[in-house]
Amino acid sequence: MYKWIDERYNISGLLEFAKKKSVPAYRETIWYYFGGIALLLFIIQVLSGILLLMYYQGTEDSAYESVKYISTKVSFGWLIRSVHSWSANLMILAAFIHMFSVFFLKSFRKPRELTWYTGFGLLLVAMGFGFSGYLLPWNELAFFATKVGTDIAGQLPVIGEPLLKLLRGGEDVTGATLSRFYGFHVAVFPGIFTVLLALHLIFIQRQGMAEPEDWKDLPESERKYIPFFPNFTLRELLFWLIVINILAILAVFFPWELGSKADPFAPAPVGIKPEWYFMFMFQTLKYIPGKVLFLHGEFVGIAIFGIAGLLWFLVPFWDKRTPAGKRNKLITYVGIFVVTFIIVLTIIGYMVD
Amino acid sequence: MFKYLEPPEVEEAKVSNVKIGEIEDMEKDSGKIIKFGNKPVIVVRKADGEYVAFAGVCTHLDCIVQYRNDLEQIYCACHNGRYDLNGRNVSGPPPAPLEKYGIAIKNNEVIVFVEKT
Ligand code: HEM
Ligand code: FES
Repeated sequence: MYKWIDERYNISGLLEFAKKKSVPAYRETIWYYFGGIALLLFIIQVLSGILLLMYYQGTEDSAYESVKYISTKVSFGWLIRSVHSWSANLMILAAFIHMFSVFFLKSFRKPRELTWYTGFGLLLVAMGFGFSGYLLPWNELAFFATKVGTDIAGQLPVIGEPLLKLLRGGEDVTGATLSRFYGFHVAVFPGIFTVLLALHLIFIQRQGMAEPEDWKDLPESERKYIPFFPNFTLRELLFWLIVINILAILAVFFPWELGSKADPFAPAPVGIKPEWYFMFMFQTLKYIPGKVLFLHGEFVGIAIFGIAGLLWFLVPFWDKRTPAGKRNKLITYVGIFVVTFIIVLTIIGYMVD
Repeated sequence: MFKYLEPPEVEEAKVSNVKIGEIEDMEKDSGKIIKFGNKPVIVVRKADGEYVAFAGVCTHLDCIVQYRNDLEQIYCACHNGRYDLNGRNVSGPPPAPLEKYGIAIKNNEVIVFVEKT
């Protein structure tokens, strides 16, 4: 049987390839697992998302009811929904950790610029997934989060107004917004994400894993590797099992809440907060005064984050030292600053209201 | 394609006034959101019994405001914006005051109307 398949599809060649692949073994190897974890969680998202689609209805009158139906009537519906919600958060967390680890290990350096760019794109689309999915249950929190989120986009000069209408499908957040977000969430983003992911993975396969910076001075004999298959694969699978367990515990013991249905004629509930991965931006915006010189405070905030994000995205471009084989401390400091900034503002965001 | 994505203008129902009930229907020192056509409007009955009304949408980022009797202010929960009972933005991020609506009382009935400016 093996022979039969092998003759036709050259499985041995594949195995041969997998055996040759290897992962550098050193102190930081643990970080190499996070990309794989994000991948696992994405697969879980696709599967659980498709299951949710079987019952979900994306209209203003029935969205909330259908999600309620899923979580109360459908067998294991609450579990599927809880898994989808938790896994969304874990996926974004894993992607953040993954991004910072390749940043600190400077794996973005030549020749892996494109891997970094596609990876960054994946994170953005993942956040888009989170933002659009959040509205789908059409509950109060989501309704106001979407109002605020899209209104911030609307503060941009020139393109703000059309962009706002494009996102909302009208002046206000209504059923039209829900339809659009639904479309983004289940069609547009999955498409973009899949293409980026394919590129990201192909690049990695072609180039192999990045080696630590200081290895280039080491003699061949002192560089240690783990074979990708089976050793690294098995370890990765172990991590996957751990993550699946964490996910199961969270999903079962902390079922995702639904809250109350969105009412466009009810005040915003006290203590409203965005999802944690938007919190640091949200919190920063609070510290920027309404007007900076003659500019809108929100606009200044978006501009700062936009420029910072762009610099971050373009790091392989402006970091000239690392590819030249020199240590670039600056990169490490920038990374530490960004991580600290995000963590501190997120914590503040949850502590004060 | 851009034209397609741009939603057509909706005819806004022209509402110029809304009856919200009798004077004693609302307790003193309380507020509520009413539908004014397709817009939310906040009506507050002050502690002294006087009625005021403003646009219910925060001028900051579009949230819907509420009356807080512990502050005797109009409050926006999204980013802690506050307005006084003249609609002026007094603290927090809101950049502008809330638009004022008129209140008329006829035969014991409270009517909210658009003020001509
Ligand atoms: C192709 C893949 C996906 C499909 C078909 C899908 C489908 C759905 C559906 C039908 C809902 C509404 C049901 C509900 O709210 O419980 C939903 C909600 C949601 N989705 Fe997805 N999804 C996909 C991928 C993702 C990804 C990758 C993320 C995050 C990174 C994500 C994050 C969310 C979130 C946060 C919610 C709101 C959950 C809630 O509060 O109930 N989804 N998704
Ligand atoms: S939306 Fe009201 S304070 Fe920000």
